[in-house]
Amino acid sequence: MSEQSTAQVETPARGLGAGISSILRNWSVPIFFLAISIAGIAAARLDINYLINEVVGRFGRNAFLVISLIIPVMAGLGLNFGIVIGAMAGQTALVIVTHYRVEGLAGFMLATVISVPIAMLLGWLVGKTLNQAKGREMVTSMIMGFFANGIYQLVFLVLLGTLIPMKDPVLILRSGIGLRNTIDLIGLSYSLDRAMDWLWNGFVFTSIGATRLGPWRFPLCTLFIIAILCALTTFITRTKLGQEMRAVGQDMHIAQVAGINVDRTRIIAIMMSTVLAAWGQLIFLQNIGTFNTYSSHEQVGMFSVAAILVGGATTRRATIWNAIVGTLLFHTLFVVSPLAGQRLFGVSQVGEYFRSFLAYGVIAVALALHAWQGRASKSK
Amino acid sequence: MSDESKATVRQYARNAYEQLGLPRLIIIAFLLSLFTLAVIMRMDLSILIKDSITRIGMNGILVLAMLPTLACGVGLNFGLPVGVIAGLVGAVTSMNWGLKGFAGFFAAMAIAIPLAVIAGYLYAMLLERVQGQEMMVGTYVGFSVVSGMCMFWLLAPYRNPAMIFALGGKGLRTTITLDRTFGKVLNDFLGFSIFDVYIPTGLLVFMGVFYVLIALFFKSKAGLAMRTVGSNPMYARSSGINVQRMRTLGVTLSTVLAAIGILVYSQSYGFVQLYTAPLTAAFPAVASVLIGGASLRKATIGHALIGTILFHTLLTIALPVTQTVLQGADISEIARMIMSNGMIIYALTRAERR
Repeated sequence: MSEQSTAQVETPARGLGAGISSILRNWSVPIFFLAISIAGIAAARLDINYLINEVVGRFGRNAFLVISLIIPVMAGLGLNFGIVIGAMAGQTALVIVTHYRVEGLAGFMLATVISVPIAMLLGWLVGKTLNQAKGREMVTSMIMGFFANGIYQLVFLVLLGTLIPMKDPVLILRSGIGLRNTIDLIGLSYSLDRAMDWLWNGFVFTSIGATRLGPWRFPLCTLFIIAILCALTTFITRTKLGQEMRAVGQDMHIAQVAGINVDRTRIIAIMMSTVLAAWGQLIFLQNIGTFNTYSSHEQVGMFSVAAILVGGATTRRATIWNAIVGTLLFHTLFVVSPLAGQRLFGVSQVGEYFRSFLAYGVIAVALALHAWQGRASKSK
Repeated sequence: MSDESKATVRQYARNAYEQLGLPRLIIIAFLLSLFTLAVIMRMDLSILIKDSITRIGMNGILVLAMLPTLACGVGLNFGLPVGVIAGLVGAVTSMNWGLKGFAGFFAAMAIAIPLAVIAGYLYAMLLERVQGQEMMVGTYVGFSVVSGMCMFWLLAPYRNPAMIFALGGKGLRTTITLDRTFGKVLNDFLGFSIFDVYIPTGLLVFMGVFYVLIALFFKSKAGLAMRTVGSNPMYARSSGINVQRMRTLGVTLSTVLAAIGILVYSQSYGFVQLYTAPLTAAFPAVASVLIGGASLRKATIGHALIGTILFHTLLTIALPVTQTVLQGADISEIARMIMSNGMIIYALTRAERR
């Protein structure tokens, strides 16, 4: 170790070169997407203030969900497409809170509390199932998301009002069975984003010299909560539980021999991820302000996974920074691509399709590259 | 009844249960109860049966496309949209030329098959490099091909006014009718009615031909080699089989079958569906073959056939029956989601135990 450091002192140029190349190696994916974003911004000739405002808002909305993916990656379960199920737990809590008309921050907090047992139960079920499908966790968690969507619709579209007695003209369809397609969250909208407005309302509207800055609005409290979550996730990796998860993620057999209860550790990782996803979905929805009962959760898994992969994560390694950088980049692309499509091809639809192509393509390429590398290193 | 015969009956029942498995029993029970309901509600059974037969013929080849990848050990081919897209390009190009009837259908096939061979080969090359994650990578390759092709449909140089958006005049329509080209050419070929049930002879014969061809293929030397690769790659390698070539062949064959399958599907449906429609093409096919009794390691022609019949009869009659019984509430879509995905989870979590 000491030898290495003296060598670096003697030849600083080589050390710097190695540093740059290691940065390039670790961050090649985000750098690539940064380049695409910049090209897109240039092509769309986008107003930079508009872009910042959009990206800041979208970051606040999505970062929590993206960070909820980190723990299962650490425990070797790959990217948990099952966060869709956590999102459903959050939405269930939201329906309950809206039904009892609990509003404002109190309503939001109540929803987070109610979502915990639901998400824990569902997470436990997912974890149990994934333990039966070792080596195929990602595809299984994805299909479980689709399956859970069926159950969710069964409960809220058919059973509610028939088996589950509930009468609420605001929430229930006119036929008396099933929830409405969209639910207005007037009482809860921005309840978390603006909870720290007494400190600073997060509004930026100034100018430095001739350049106009703003108007942007920072969702201050949400960003604060995200920071706490980042600290917490880092903290968990340092606890005994976190170390066990890492050991399981490295090699299940060795962990088993070392006396770690592998199945239990994996279930805990999924349960944590599911609870965090439920909260993340609540944050997402309080920012959006309306709630599409049957579709708000559907794309959560895919977009979050694509975001963290854009940030340079792999199926076996994901950090807070991957999540943060990825969310920022992915949503920049999301804002830019329809406008760039409009400018370049004259059809904004092209940009819309490019956007979903991007999300799917990123996941396909990242998974393929990783599986490829994994095999290459194994065959060595 | 003596104790002994009781025991044999019980033994027989247990054997039957183990043969069928719980999920298939549930589905058969559900199917029977739907038919019973239909009879009780005095619905027109002949329409239900007619629709079911057509749907089976429509989807048969798409389900058949699952077999080669399962046989060669690649797993469920969630990348089915790769082949479906090749088929759609064939259909659209043939329509652009204005070909009618069988000429149009076979021209579409003639364009689609080479495209599917190329696409399938490339897809196989990719899957070869990601062994162990084929299903996950396949799913997202399928998704990204479909969404990438959305841009193609919008920008491609097809100029036939019957196919492009009426307003703006740019890009293909989302659904294009096949009325004036090759819609229902197979369905109407030698079709006849028996007891008010219309039999789409051409469709069933066409499907049957492919089932027989694939059955013969699995009996051939190459087919046997492919199955050996699937069931025991090490043994296959030691007995001199080129494992990689067999897997490539399996994936390519599956892609070609998917291309043909979607053409058959479209001509029977009467419309070509573009843009995001092929996104979920793989899931009903995957669910069908699993409902038929296939597992990740073992799949036969019989599994595909039984699965197609069970699953697609169920899908066809669930909507009208539940709508009659529940007065409007539509649970057939929900039932489809729960059943097909539940079946896939069942298969994924049980692959290790043989």
